Amino acid sequence: MSALRLERVRKVYHSGDDEIVALDYASLDVDDAEILALVGPSGSGKTTLLSISGGLLSPTEGRVLVAGDDISGYDPKRLTTFRRERVGFVFQSVNLVPFLTARENLMVVADFDRRDQKKSAARADQLLEELGLASRRSNLPGQLSGGERQRVAVGRAFMNEPALVLIDEPTSALDTKLGEQVMDLIVTEVRARQTAAVIVTHDMRMTHYADRTLTIMDGHLQSD
Amino acid sequence: MKIALRELWRRPGRFVPAALALVLLTLLLLVLGGLLDGLFTGSTGALRAQPGQLLTYSSDSKLSLVRSRIDAATIAQVKQVPGVAQVGGIGAALLGAQVPGRTAEASVALFGYELAPTGVPSPPAALGDVYADRSLQAYGVKVGQTLLLGPKQFPVQVQGWVDDTNFLLQGGLWGNPDTWRAALASARPDAVLAPGTFQALTVETAAATDPAEIAAAIDATTGGATRTVTRSEAVNSLPGIKQQRSTFNAIIATTFLVAALVVALFFALLTIERTAMYAVFKAVGASGSQIFVQVISQAVVIALTAFVVGALLAVGAIFAIPPQVPLLLTSARTLQVLVGLVIMSVLGSALSLRRVARVDPASAIG
Repeated sequence: MSALRLERVRKVYHSGDDEIVALDYASLDVDDAEILALVGPSGSGKTTLLSISGGLLSPTEGRVLVAGDDISGYDPKRLTTFRRERVGFVFQSVNLVPFLTARENLMVVADFDRRDQKKSAARADQLLEELGLASRRSNLPGQLSGGERQRVAVGRAFMNEPALVLIDEPTSALDTKLGEQVMDLIVTEVRARQTAAVIVTHDMRMTHYADRTLTIMDGHLQSD
Repeated sequence: MKIALRELWRRPGRFVPAALALVLLTLLLLVLGGLLDGLFTGSTGALRAQPGQLLTYSSDSKLSLVRSRIDAATIAQVKQVPGVAQVGGIGAALLGAQVPGRTAEASVALFGYELAPTGVPSPPAALGDVYADRSLQAYGVKVGQTLLLGPKQFPVQVQGWVDDTNFLLQGGLWGNPDTWRAALASARPDAVLAPGTFQALTVETAAATDPAEIAAAIDATTGGATRTVTRSEAVNSLPGIKQQRSTFNAIIATTFLVAALVVALFFALLTIERTAMYAVFKAVGASGSQIFVQVISQAVVIALTAFVVGALLAVGAIFAIPPQVPLLLTSARTLQVLVGLVIMSVLGSALSLRRVARVDPASAIG
């Protein structure tokens, strides 16, 4: 079963009388445990594709299946539940909650899910341990380095044991060396958990970390 | 909600402006409410304490105790009305009182009474013996002291304390009818009343009767010489009471609205500032209602904290201001301010609901 399957997905935005096609009948399959790099220039539609794959946007046409579940017809409430339970996000600007410690930033996902707090705390501790942040668990984001913050963001993406991790421009704000360290970390974590991942990047130097690279241009997907 | 509380705990500084505004508004609400309650209590205690459900005045008095006169023959008629259980005469004289050792006069309302008001013992037997309202302690009055009333210095001796019996913001003194008549004759020889005449009557109705019907029957029996009203109507007819209440209540309501606006404005700005954070929350699976609960819980905690600080300041204000200022902080008023403030905070923060609902989780990406 594919971790992610897009079937002729189209996304159209309306601006006055104009129609802007962000995704034009895009189709793709991402296997379980596969890492897919999605590259393309600004405005090519890669962020739209990532948002639709993660249930942040609904497609205008086509089907989106995540781990076999067709989410294209989900209403906003079901999409919220889907995001909480089935996908993990690593955002471009890390987006940690500044007044929560590293551990609490991981627990945010569990707080909104009303999960067993003890189990969630144990999972957060385990993730922090694996990410080399055990000694930093009580630090606020402002007390962490850029790399440590990025690792916390990765940990947060894995808190809900997702079937699919969606990663948006993970190296855009980092220099080459730190970018490679972050990509190493992400790939290691994704592989260790046998999770599928889609990494959106404009940095072609990072594509070798992926099993496969797709280019998107004007809403059209093209194989490398 | 845990996230919201953690933010309050770890970043208290960012909530200080709203909290400070609410502290001042709490103080204002409690002081305004306290003044209203103090004015009302100090003006109406003597009437509220009357044992009868009804009060009878002469019809030409416009429900003014000072102007009203009811002679012995009319009183006898009232007593004969079916459904009337007991009738007691009341007389009042508003006088200045010299307190031993004090230069400033205390303003007192000397009552002569036949039926004991609530919390007041039966009328003292001896001429010149009175019970004094405890509020007169602020003027240096003590039990056992002799106060000199009016320009002719009519002496009355304080036998004990009673509570909440003031009249028109003057300290209540309660003696037998002869004491009142004598003091009145001493102070105002032109206002001497005929024996058996009182200013008003407190009328107790028999069980299982309708006081309104009895009131109408009394006035019919006296041929229109009297006007009988319920105790609460008598209270509301005191000069200025209705106006005081409506004015203060209008100010209090406006202050509550200002509190709601302060909270609304503060959380509207905070929500705009937090749009990115809320987008991330929604992206990782928070519902709009869960985020909204965070906003409301912060507003309520701020309101509760501000209330505690404001209430402490109000208590401090009571000790700081002169005792003559009729400021009365009751538990009912305190509870009203607390509940009102919490409701206004919830309503104020609810104005951010639309903005929170419109936060697009997709904006967390890109």
